[in-house]
Formats: sequence, structure tokens, C-alpha cells
Amino acid sequence: MNPSLVNPDVPVYNPRNYLNEPATGLRSWLLTLDHKRIGVMFLIATTISLFLGGVFALLIRIELLTPGPTIMDAMTYNRMFTLHGVVMIFLFMIPAIPSGFGNFVLPIMLGARDVAFPRLNLLSFYLYLLGAAVALYGMIHGGADTGWTFYAPYSTTTITKVVPILLGAFILGFSSILTGLNFIVTTHTMRAPGMTWMRVPLFIWSIYATSIIQILATPVLGMSLLLVSVEHAFGWGIFDPARGGDPVLFQHFFWFYSHPAVYIMVLPAMAVISEVVCTFSRKNMFGYKAVAYSSLGIAFVGFFTWGHHLFTSGQSAVDAGIFGVLSMLVGIFTAIKVFNWTATLYKGSISFKTPFAYFAGFIFFLVFGGMTGVALATVSLDVHWQDTYFVVAHFHFIMVGATMMAFLAALHYWFPKITGRMLPEGWGLVGAVMVILGFNFTFIPQFLLGNMGMPRRYYAYPAKFWPLNVASTAGATVLALGLVVVLVYTLISLKWGPVAGSNPWHSRGFEWGTPSPPPVENWETTPVIDRGPHEYDEGATVPPTVSPEPEPTHAS
Amino acid sequence: MNELMRRLLFLPEQASDYARDVDHLHFFIITTTMLAATGVFATAIFFFLRWRRRSDSDVTPRIEPTPIHEALFIGTPLVLFLIWFAIGYPQYVRLQLPPKDAMDVFVQGKKWMWKFAYPGGPNSVDTLRVPVGRPVRLLITSRDVIHSFFVPALRLKMDAVPGRYTQSWFTANKPGRYEIFCAEYCGMGHSAMLGELVVLPAAEFDTWLADQRRGDKAVAQDSASTGETVLAAGNLVADGERVAAEQGCLKCHSVDGSRHIGPTWVDLYLRQEKLADGRIIVADEAYLTRSMMDPAADIVAGFQNVMPTYQGKLTPPEVAAIVEYIKSLKTSAVRSGPSAGPVYEPKPRQP
Repeated sequence: MNPSLVNPDVPVYNPRNYLNEPATGLRSWLLTLDHKRIGVMFLIATTISLFLGGVFALLIRIELLTPGPTIMDAMTYNRMFTLHGVVMIFLFMIPAIPSGFGNFVLPIMLGARDVAFPRLNLLSFYLYLLGAAVALYGMIHGGADTGWTFYAPYSTTTITKVVPILLGAFILGFSSILTGLNFIVTTHTMRAPGMTWMRVPLFIWSIYATSIIQILATPVLGMSLLLVSVEHAFGWGIFDPARGGDPVLFQHFFWFYSHPAVYIMVLPAMAVISEVVCTFSRKNMFGYKAVAYSSLGIAFVGFFTWGHHLFTSGQSAVDAGIFGVLSMLVGIFTAIKVFNWTATLYKGSISFKTPFAYFAGFIFFLVFGGMTGVALATVSLDVHWQDTYFVVAHFHFIMVGATMMAFLAALHYWFPKITGRMLPEGWGLVGAVMVILGFNFTFIPQFLLGNMGMPRRYYAYPAKFWPLNVASTAGATVLALGLVVVLVYTLISLKWGPVAGSNPWHSRGFEWGTPSPPPVENWETTPVIDRGPHEYDEGATVPPTVSPEPEPTHAS
Repeated sequence: MNELMRRLLFLPEQASDYARDVDHLHFFIITTTMLAATGVFATAIFFFLRWRRRSDSDVTPRIEPTPIHEALFIGTPLVLFLIWFAIGYPQYVRLQLPPKDAMDVFVQGKKWMWKFAYPGGPNSVDTLRVPVGRPVRLLITSRDVIHSFFVPALRLKMDAVPGRYTQSWFTANKPGRYEIFCAEYCGMGHSAMLGELVVLPAAEFDTWLADQRRGDKAVAQDSASTGETVLAAGNLVADGERVAAEQGCLKCHSVDGSRHIGPTWVDLYLRQEKLADGRIIVADEAYLTRSMMDPAADIVAGFQNVMPTYQGKLTPPEVAAIVEYIKSLKTSAVRSGPSAGPVYEPKPRQP
């Protein structure tokens, strides 16, 4: 059982683990309070959402294959891009890494037995399911055609049924808040003995920053969505000027949440990448404090940049200037991280495994997505790019590209810990190459379409935009195939993957000190932390240092 | 150089000095971005090639940043970004400050057309005529949802927000025809809400404006006595055709029998239509008029309820003219069946 007692070269499958204890029935999963099982259920649910959102994306790309109508009418197309946005953002990108991988890994990394509030954790999952069910009901019965931004007064006057989807997103917000609250309390109160703040793994620093945004910003989204529902359902004048409301007010409310929400999606991606880069270069993080504090910096500054979505709304030039400069600060914090990750490779011992391939893709998307973001913050260029495909490509690079890379990196990195089995390395690299190339071929043409001036959310377009749209659709096909490859070998490896052992990557991250899959209580003895999480400068030992004499009881 | 970069980046032509200046910032940013990114990636690749893993128990030195590293990591991007901002922001401010002698044009977006009105009377739908070399200030609003007035060739965009006016301005520097797009999503016809900016030589524009004003005055004098709109020309069918084009009816209703957002007008008169609720009605004058005033009352099966009401927007003579125009759209083919819903064929749109 104790990995240090057996030959470390022969991987062992931990026979007494969270997958078969306390029971294996469906009921034991649905009523579980174990953070690992809840994390796995989140992963399954968000992966299904990813493929649902991906189907919508492909239908959109097929429709745009020709300048005129291709496979659907304008109304259906408008519903498709709304559903694509809602599903991908609220059902996949916001919960996938924090609620999925975060739930699984965070307490283990902290040396804790579970999160602080296991029941709230389960409630968070059921709120996710309820929100998803309500939103899906709305999609099947009518389906909103407002875009995921729900701009008033279009959203409050549309004939489509927008209220169920708004309520679905409202409920999903509570799921997000509960998970964030749980992580903050867990990080503050349940760290193992010896884990000072400067020994907290960088994954947790970033997830912690994400959680702060989740509990502070999500209520504002809930409020705005409720106001839209009320105006749509009862005709109260809040945003519609025909009824005495103010449409720009909605944009302020909406982006006050939805801009920080971008960092709810990107910070967890950065969290994963910090772990991956240290493990696969066997190096301490070059600037641990810089990376840790820049996560908090992004979370903080992210609240003061929402106005950069309103540069063409008639906002005053003074406001635009302030929001422009503040938006650039996010770029500075991101640049600090990029430089530190790169510098970490210096004099490392670099192993190019699948997670490292996704790290490379991540850096590429983050640099170009980030730099185009700063270019948009110069204000005058935004006037040309606002609401064109340039913005579409920009946010897909930074939000989706980075998050997707990190999600796949996390999947390949922690799959051995979660299931006790390895993913195939060869197929993993094939999948990574297809996904990264496919992503580039999808969105680089869209940058150029934006330069040409093609507005987003266009059902039909002038023929001069045709060639680049064909290129984009071709790229999306490769991307989709790559994801299918990943899905197939992941499903196969669940049963037939080779046994991983407790620490297949030879990482010194704390979570690799437990057997794979971890036992229900995570740690048989409470670990005592006597070093930082990413240290490779002494001789490698099995991480982390465990207290010398086995204790039968668990401290936390 | 300007031309080469513009083509490399797929940018549309530059129809104003402002557009050229913004493009120069664009070129500067893309060049510095590429240099910086190449630097980062080359460093990463070099580290990767130089320090490959030898064994899984490699011991690596502990390296931590010095204050110089931290200053460089923060200072380099900060300086670069602030230079970009120092170029871009004054351009944006310039766009907010129209010169005092600018000619005003009122722009109104509505589902799904652009209306342009010049001081002193003339107006047009979807075609904005301006003189070359003279500043033009746009006062933009919307009468339903948010639209956004976008001319790629001018690098100019401004939202049309219902209930308030926004403004923007430009000085076109070469005659030509440029596209106008709606950039803010506004529903079914969003991508059909296209317009055209026609930049005319100054003298030609003045002549056009004077002609328009003369025509308006003549109409105003004729109608002054009765207080009702009197249609300028005598032929009711021709009037109907003109009114239908001006009011945007033809954006959704075809007059060549093709299937579109609304039922085609060809052979519509006295056709038996099947409604969404299953009733069958005859499209007579009463039905056609009611459909203009209260479009939601009788929706033809297979079509969406998206048409706005024209109550108050059309005068009685205009309604009559449109009905006469619809009655004139008869083909010899015998067609008595109800309208079919929109079935689209993949056919490239004409730009």
C-alpha cells in the first residue's frame, strides 16, 4: 500500500480506492459527499457539454461554408450561435477546470480529507444539473436567438423563449458561487501542517483567485439576467427605452460579470499550466511569488476593465481611456506569467509528453490571444474590430484556446491519478497536434476576416469573405476530429490503459504522494509539508514527505 | 509599404486619412507582436532543445529571479503597451471631436435598413451619399433595437442605440462606393442590413442635394392645401413600388417569386393562404392592409412573426399604392396553392 515499500519501478494499482469504496452502485455515486467522485461527475457532465457545444459550433461552420443559406434558415442559425455560446461558456468553460479537476485535486494537494463543505459541494453539482436541464428545456422549446450576451432591448422584445435559458444561467451561477466559496474556505482552513502560504501549490493560488471572482461577480450576472427575464416576461421598463429603460445600462451590468468571467475561465487554465510546466521540466517555478500574486492581480484588475466592451456604445472618451489602460494591466500580469513559465525551462530536465505538448499550444494561444487583446485595448483599433470576426478569433484564442489546452493538459496529466491508468502517449501526441493545428486553421482565417470587416453573427455574407470562411470550416473539421480521437482513446484507456502507479510523471507535486487512484480518505496519514510544491533541487524522493510514524486517525 | 502590409493583413481600402493612421498603428502592433512572440518562442525552443531530460531522477538547480528579472518582466510589456496606447488613444479622441464645419447627416437604424436624412429635407434608404474632402458628422440613433453603423473602409463604427443619439464623423478622401454593415446583432435580417456609402466629387454631390431639395419642395407645395401626403407621380403602381422600396418591404418580400423571410408578393393577390393556426384565407385588399397594420394577426404558415407594424408609418395613399403594386405582380402561370415556407438553396449571394 505504501508506495515507498514496493519496488517503485513496478506501478501498482491501488486496490482500495474511492472508485470502489464505500460502494460501487449508482446510488453511492449520486449521494456521495466525496470531493473526488463529485469532481469526476463534473468532468463527465462538462465533457458531454463540450461535445454538445461542439456540435453547435460545427453546424455554424457548415452554415457559413457558403455565402448564402447552406443548411438552415436565419432563425435557426441565430439560435445555433446562441446555444453554442451558452453551452460552451456556462456549461463547459466556467465549471470544467475548477469544478472538475479542481474538486478532485485541490483537497489532495492541500493534504485534506475533503473540501470544507462536502454537502454544499454535492449541492453545487445538482444545481449544475438543474441549471443545465432548465437551459436545455429552453433550447428544445424554442431556443433563444439573442446571442449569449442577451443584449437588451433585443433580448427583451424577441419572440423566442429567452426566459428558460436566462433562468438556467441564473441557476448555474449558484453552482459556481458554491464551488468558489468551498474552495476559499478549504484553502484557508484545511491546509496540511507545515503548508505555509508560500508552500501552497500554484494550482491552488490560481484556483483561489478564480474563486474570489466567482463569489464576487456571479451575483451581478444573476441580477442582470433576472432583470432581463422580468422585462421580457412582464414588460417592466428596465432596459428597453421604449418602456423608459436604458439599454446601455444592461451592457454595463452584463460585462461587470462577464468580463471577470473570462478570468474565471482563463485563471484555472493558468493554474493547470503552472503545475505541468514544473513537472515536465523538473524545475522549481522561476518566480513562484510573481506567478502566485499575478493570479490575484488578474482577479483584482479584471473587475475594472468591463468598459472596454463599450468603446463604440457612445461611452465618453475619458471612460474609454481609463478602461483601455486598465485592460492593459491584465496583459502585464499575463506577460509576467508567460515569462516565468518560459524561464522555468532554463536548465530544466524537459520531457516532451502529451501534457507538455498542450503547454506549448497553451503558450502560443495565450501570447497571440493576449497580444491581440492589448491591441484591442488601444481603443482606436477596437473601433474597427468591435463586433467583427477579429474579436471572435481573439476571444476564442485566449478563452477557448487557452482553456481547451489546459483542460486537455489536465486530462492527460491527472488521468493516471484519477483512474490509476495511463493514456496512450503516441495517440496523445497525435490528438494534441490535430487539436492545436485545427484550432489555428479555424481561427487565424477569422482574424483576417475581422480585418476585412466581416461582422460577427452574420448568417449570410458578401462573396469576398468566402475563401477565408471555407478555410475556417476546414480547420474546425480537423479540430473536431482531434477531439474525437482524444475522446476515443480516453474511453478505451478507462478500462484497458496500463496501470499508472502513484507517480508516473515523477512529479514532486503533493497530489502524487497518494496512491492512484486515491483512497477515500485521500491520505492514509496526514502529510507534513516541509518544502515547497515544485522543488527538484535535491535528490528526488517520493513526494511529499510523510510524517514518520503512521497515524491511524486523520487530522482534518 | 503601406499597400503591402494592407494586403498582407486583408484590410479593406483606406477611404480616409483616419483609416490610414489607424492602419499604421495596426502595422506597428503586428510587427512588435511578431517580434516579441518570436523572441519568447525561440527562447522556449532553445531551452527545450538544450535541456532535454536524461533520466526521471534528474536534479535541477534551484534558480530564482533577481529584482532585475522582475523589473524586465514587468517593464518591457508595460512600456510596449503604453506606446501602443499613446498612439491609439489620441486617434480615438480625434474620432470623438467632429470639426465645427462638418455637414450633418442623421442616421437611423431599424430592422433591417439604414435611413439617412440630410438637413433641409432629402433622405434615402441604405445609400449614404457624401461629398469627398468635406467632414461629415453622423448623428446616429435607432428606432427599435441596438444596431451598429460600420464602414470598414473608414475604420469607423458607432452603435445606433434606441432612445439616444451617438455621433461620429469622417472625411472621405477618395470618391467611390464602400460597404456599410450592421455590426450589432439585431435579429433575422442582421446580415441583410447592408448599405452603401457613395462618396461623390463635391460638385456632383451639391447638384444631387439641390435636386433632391427641389423635388421635396414641389411635393410639399402640392400637399400643403390638403394636409395629406400627395404622391408626386401619377401612376399608383409605380408609387407603390417606390414606397415599398423606401419602407424596406422588399428586404423580406420578394417580387420575383423567390422565397425569403416573408411571403413573396408575386401572385399574392387573391391567393388562398394557409395560416399558422390552420385557417385558410384569401389575400384580398382587406387582408393585405391588415397585414401591414397588424402583421401578427394572420401569420402565413411556415413564416416567422417578425414583421413590424406599419401603423402610423404609412399614410392611407401609400397603403393603397402598395396594394395596387401587389395586385400588379401577376404572372400568367396558374398558381392557386398556398405559399410554401422558406426553403433555401445554396446559392452564392451577390455582393
